[in-house]
Amino acid sequence: MTLTPTPGQTVGPFFHYALPYDGDRDLVPPSTPGAIALHGTVYDGAGAPIPDALIEIWQAAPDGTVLQQPGSLRRDGWTFTGFGRASTRRDGTYAFSTLVPGPTEDGAAAFFAVTVFARGLTNRLFTRAYVPGDEAALAADRLLASVEEDRRSTLLAVADAYGLRFDIRLQGEDETVFLRFPGH
Amino acid sequence: MTSQADITAEITAIEADYQRSGVEETQPRRDYPPYRSSILRHPTKDLHHADPETIELWAPCFGHRDVDPLEADLTIQHSGEPIGERMVVTGRVVDGEGRPVRHQLVEIWQANAGGRYIHKRDQHPAPLDPNFTGIGRCLTDADGGYRFQTIKPGPYPWKNHHNAWRPAHIHFSLFGTEFTQRMVTQMYFPGDPLFALDPIYQTVTDAKARERLVATYDHDVTSHEWATGYRWDIVLTGSHRTYMEPQPASTDRDDA
Ligand SMILES: [Fe+2]
Repeated sequence: MTLTPTPGQTVGPFFHYALPYDGDRDLVPPSTPGAIALHGTVYDGAGAPIPDALIEIWQAAPDGTVLQQPGSLRRDGWTFTGFGRASTRRDGTYAFSTLVPGPTEDGAAAFFAVTVFARGLTNRLFTRAYVPGDEAALAADRLLASVEEDRRSTLLAVADAYGLRFDIRLQGEDETVFLRFPGH
Repeated sequence: MTSQADITAEITAIEADYQRSGVEETQPRRDYPPYRSSILRHPTKDLHHADPETIELWAPCFGHRDVDPLEADLTIQHSGEPIGERMVVTGRVVDGEGRPVRHQLVEIWQANAGGRYIHKRDQHPAPLDPNFTGIGRCLTDADGGYRFQTIKPGPYPWKNHHNAWRPAHIHFSLFGTEFTQRMVTQMYFPGDPLFALDPIYQTVTDAKARERLVATYDHDVTSHEWATGYRWDIVLTGSHRTYMEPQPASTDRDDA
């Protein structure tokens, strides 16, 4: 039996009192040894920052384990669940406090699975934020290899003083590569 | 400011084009100019094909630690009863193969009976209801079922064009068994006269697909002298991971 999926709809402008929650963007407390900021700015097609976007990440643990731990909505400060949610601020920036995900298999490139929601965006968008550094793993990555070379960098987080920077451009010259999974 | 007649003409032209194309669409268009905020916020390049890998084949896990069962009742979050038509909305979350999405998080948010959100950016001069916040959460049961008790939301004006009104709706946020199934949508009520006028509902160009966003009045959900009842089933995309029936509960899960 194959059913037709229910259509998505925009998250709209009024999600801020509903979807954000205490601790949503802190997968680990920022003071945790090894904690980094995964942060960036979300831009529209005119290059203006988007102050009403919502970003979610879902990631493996530093040792590459895929976690199935409850507690993302009521963080206890100890359990790493791998899920986080951050609404953009007035200047279009978002930031997570998290740990760097490890490769889920030997030689695989590590990445954050990223979902983007915003007012004006009629359906969610998926992308990946790859962890920089392991050149061999990145060069061997199937998805990266399938993307035109001049757009590949939109999928790579960039190391900076806070941790990793990952800007998201919904439209335009440097538009982020967004993903379509089979069956979508 | 653009008139409703202008917006309606744009909507009608896009739907006529769609019908001529003969290619079925089941999801909203990202590029849908009648919804003005979408103009600078849609990707112009084709989405890039990706086979889901590792982390994408799993979804975050939520348990009873995360959600209090009382959060499914939006009418008991304050000291008094909210104003409006008390209603129950219930249904099942299934994947594209019809398999229940079990023990997974469902989040909703909505305007009050007067069409006003608690949100600080909502400037609609309709009254706030001190007894209604408009946020609910629950976990689906072993059959993928969810159930909320709430107040029927009112339609509300917005700034897309002159005299723009949204049909009454409840926002839904859903997770599947894979991250690729993540989705946010809106549930509408049958027979709303604003459907044809609303450029958000109409981002879905296919009439059959739009109907999948509309709940059904169900008198078996309605309860005697208490609340009206609506049923709305949600289908997520099919999952890619090989299905394991039912998965052994990990020792860490607190929702057994
Ligand atoms: Fe709304």
